[in-house]
Amino acid sequence: MTKFLPRGGQRLLPLLLALGSLIPIRAQAPAQSSSDASFLATLGQLREATYDQKPAIIEALNHSGHPSVRAVLTALLEDRLYYRNSDQKIFIVKMADADPLSLIDPLTLKPAGTASSDSMTQIGTNNALRSVLRMAVARFALSSPDASVRLDAVREMLRSLDGPTVALLRERAAVEKNSAVKQEIETGLALAALDSSDPQTRLQAIATLKHSLSQDVRNRLELLLAKNPDGSFSESDANVRRAAAGAVASIDRWRSFYSDIQTLFFGLSLGSVLVLIAIGLAITFGVMGVINMAHGELMMLGAYTTYVVQLAMPQHIGISVLVAIPAAFLVAGAVGVLMERTIIQHLYGRPLETLLATFGVSLILQQAVRSIFSALNRSVVTPDWMSGSLRLNDALTITYNRLYIVIFALIVFSLILLVLKRTRIGLDIRAVSQNRAMARAMGIRSKWVDAMTFGLGSGVAGVAGVALSQLTNVGPDLGQSYIIDSFLVVVFGGVGNLWGSLIGGMSMGIVNNLLEPYAGAVLAKIFVLVALILFIQVRPRGLFPQKGRAAEDK
Amino acid sequence: MKRKAIFSAAWLVAAAIASSTAALAQGVIKVGVLHSLSGTMAISETTLKDTVLMMIDEQNKKGGLLGKKIVPVVVDPASNWPLFAEKAAELLEKDKVAVVFGCWTSVSRKSVLPVFEKDDGLLFYPVQYEGEESSKNVIYTGAAPNQQAIPAVDYLMKEVGVKRWVLEGTDYVYPRTTNKILEAYLKLKGVKSEDISINYTPFGYSDWQSRVAAIKRFGSAGKKTAVVSTINGDANVPFYKELGNQKISAEDIPVVAFSVGEEELSGVDTKPLVGHLAAWNYFESINTPANKAFINRWHAFIKNPKRTTNDPMEATYIGFNLWVKAVEKAHSTDSEKVIAALPGLETPNLTGGIAKVLPNHHITKPVYIGEIKADGQFNVVWKSPGEVAGDAWSDYLPGSKDIEADWVKLKCGNYNTVTKKCSGQNYK
Repeated sequence: MTKFLPRGGQRLLPLLLALGSLIPIRAQAPAQSSSDASFLATLGQLREATYDQKPAIIEALNHSGHPSVRAVLTALLEDRLYYRNSDQKIFIVKMADADPLSLIDPLTLKPAGTASSDSMTQIGTNNALRSVLRMAVARFALSSPDASVRLDAVREMLRSLDGPTVALLRERAAVEKNSAVKQEIETGLALAALDSSDPQTRLQAIATLKHSLSQDVRNRLELLLAKNPDGSFSESDANVRRAAAGAVASIDRWRSFYSDIQTLFFGLSLGSVLVLIAIGLAITFGVMGVINMAHGELMMLGAYTTYVVQLAMPQHIGISVLVAIPAAFLVAGAVGVLMERTIIQHLYGRPLETLLATFGVSLILQQAVRSIFSALNRSVVTPDWMSGSLRLNDALTITYNRLYIVIFALIVFSLILLVLKRTRIGLDIRAVSQNRAMARAMGIRSKWVDAMTFGLGSGVAGVAGVALSQLTNVGPDLGQSYIIDSFLVVVFGGVGNLWGSLIGGMSMGIVNNLLEPYAGAVLAKIFVLVALILFIQVRPRGLFPQKGRAAEDK
Repeated sequence: MKRKAIFSAAWLVAAAIASSTAALAQGVIKVGVLHSLSGTMAISETTLKDTVLMMIDEQNKKGGLLGKKIVPVVVDPASNWPLFAEKAAELLEKDKVAVVFGCWTSVSRKSVLPVFEKDDGLLFYPVQYEGEESSKNVIYTGAAPNQQAIPAVDYLMKEVGVKRWVLEGTDYVYPRTTNKILEAYLKLKGVKSEDISINYTPFGYSDWQSRVAAIKRFGSAGKKTAVVSTINGDANVPFYKELGNQKISAEDIPVVAFSVGEEELSGVDTKPLVGHLAAWNYFESINTPANKAFINRWHAFIKNPKRTTNDPMEATYIGFNLWVKAVEKAHSTDSEKVIAALPGLETPNLTGGIAKVLPNHHITKPVYIGEIKADGQFNVVWKSPGEVAGDAWSDYLPGSKDIEADWVKLKCGNYNTVTKKCSGQNYK
């Protein structure tokens, strides 16, 4: 079962190659229980060693072939290796940030009681050491029953191929069932075959590698085309060179294709953030005509609600974000209704006063948050299911948080559309916004509808705040950085038109991201703004203007 | 005239209340504190205000200075750069403070500089900055580029083997000047222009996805790549988050930051950041008796055992101690005499070394490189062999290479060694 390979980091390569000829590749099974003492002694050296010395100690541990090597190295990699201050004894702990720490004996791997975190000292690692450890641990993971663990292990091993690694991969290739892992191993073997002295083998290897999308493979193939300082090619065979050039061109083509897709996705994800922040405003500003300068602060309230919900349920961070969505809707919606009842309802038809009053409210809300939560940013934890990225292939990865936010924006948009088009309250809202007097004459309580409309718009702003809490800093100034963007989207899309906000937001996001690689973040934003101003000159009512008599009243 | 009378009357009343137990108004030494207590910089600067207050409190408990009690005069320039100049004038002209501790951003320092030079005041500036300046009236206790940026780049080049560089910064004067110096330095070390990528983003930027993807692409050319970050303030949080999400680990592409310290990390989930680097002259995790005592005193003063300490706090601590020594040496709080007494003075820093005031009004500082740990503290992975002397004028920029600052012999902050001319104090 255990297939140790005595090996540490890259810098130990020469030593290893020398050793490789002395000891058999397949190391001895865990028969040397008598070596417990020497294993512990080697382990003990980690306490005092400098970062320069630690790789050699890891190397020695790896050599020992002791059954708990894997557990110890994994623990060291995950900052879970400690020593007790009183007797200098080394322990693995279950969780690094717990107090008290639950100890595990490094020899038997059985629980060994607990200790307060003050009485223990962590054994530190640095970047260089962690990459040595990752490589060492990858070798163990190659025989893991979990295919995704094996895949990661193979990818880790591909980063520095050498004799023993290739031998291990070859061994694994014979028994590997999973196609993805197998393909990755074949890439590794082909990469190794590029060093072969037989041009035919090299050609074959290039044929295999041609279908890869990995940048590392591409870089390796390009090396074949490089010239030596004396002008001769480093690859002597012209056929191999031709094949390599073809493979590089093919990989480049595919990579640039996927990179375009990625840019498009980035645009969509920025666009969906814009849609999310604008959609509440599309209701309050678009449908009701209220210039609500406190819209950003309602989003901020949503973000802080996420923070409070996480504080309330620290054990369930994973679902806290989902709980926060309705909570933020209610909090921001309630504040919105309160604002409407106390201030805005007295100011209908007086846009300048509304603007100033809501601006005042935004300052009050900011200061309130500063007084309650302090001026410092609060950290909202990203749940595990939203961290990391979805790897579609070597050239295209999509981060989960952005993916979920795109989906989330579309869901929120559809729900709002559904509410406005298919429910009684939606009908009332549309009726009041189109012709208030007539709607009242038909028995609609217009004041109540106004409050509900404003509450709906504010609640959606709160929901957008939950999404923002995953992307940016949760602080009192959160709202201010988004208020301009949200007005832009609504004006661009066409006041009073939800579809306009969707198309407007998405297209602004995509254009921004298409420009950014060439113009830089600052200029790209300026270009988008200038383009918008020009557009508004041509079509003052935005992409999708409201038509008919209702439009004339606004 | 009348208004002045009212003012002074009001001041007398205020002073009488303030020093009800102590003696008269002339029996105290006034110390100005010029840090933003509101606005965007409040997050960082409030801590420094508290540090100065703590130092004053401790000095008073030791019996004050020259037998007099020290009284702080705290003003709030509200992260508003022109207001810094107004408040500085108020401190120097109205309150007649002996010394001012203050400023954080370079633009606020540039704003108060003319005021301090006109009124012949004394400012202790505690934050790392871009250099290219030496004023008679300012003591720079933060790091100059050769005490932070250059050693960090050297570390990455020599110890980590970095061959390709991304200089990523926020769009304002400190990152732009620092990156100019770094670019010149890297080219001097033989790095080709195609291996350097420089990019700026606005304050508070949060949509990092395409920038991080671009860094990833730049870093996949087969050469070891590092990011030198002068990204300022809270834009760092989404930046590091995006790095984590796109799976750029510190082992692949390390990011070394010059503006990210313990205080900035205290509001962040640091697990995805483990291994990324920061270069400072002080870390809270450095285990010396002086540092331990300082942290304990800080926790007791601020009444919160969870508050962190950071590099600008140490610079404030050093600055205050240097000022106390200079006043004792000059037997006066007169700024002219104190400024003359400062060069050559030494005081221990918190990490076991000595901070010495140099003739160019900068100080000697050790340089530390730390890797971020999961608990938000730093694990020191490199330390300069001794203290590094702060260099006001970078040796790597063509314009400033020949310029020297010396307030002892040359009495000049901008002396051109080629033309043998002194052209004021500021870099033009």
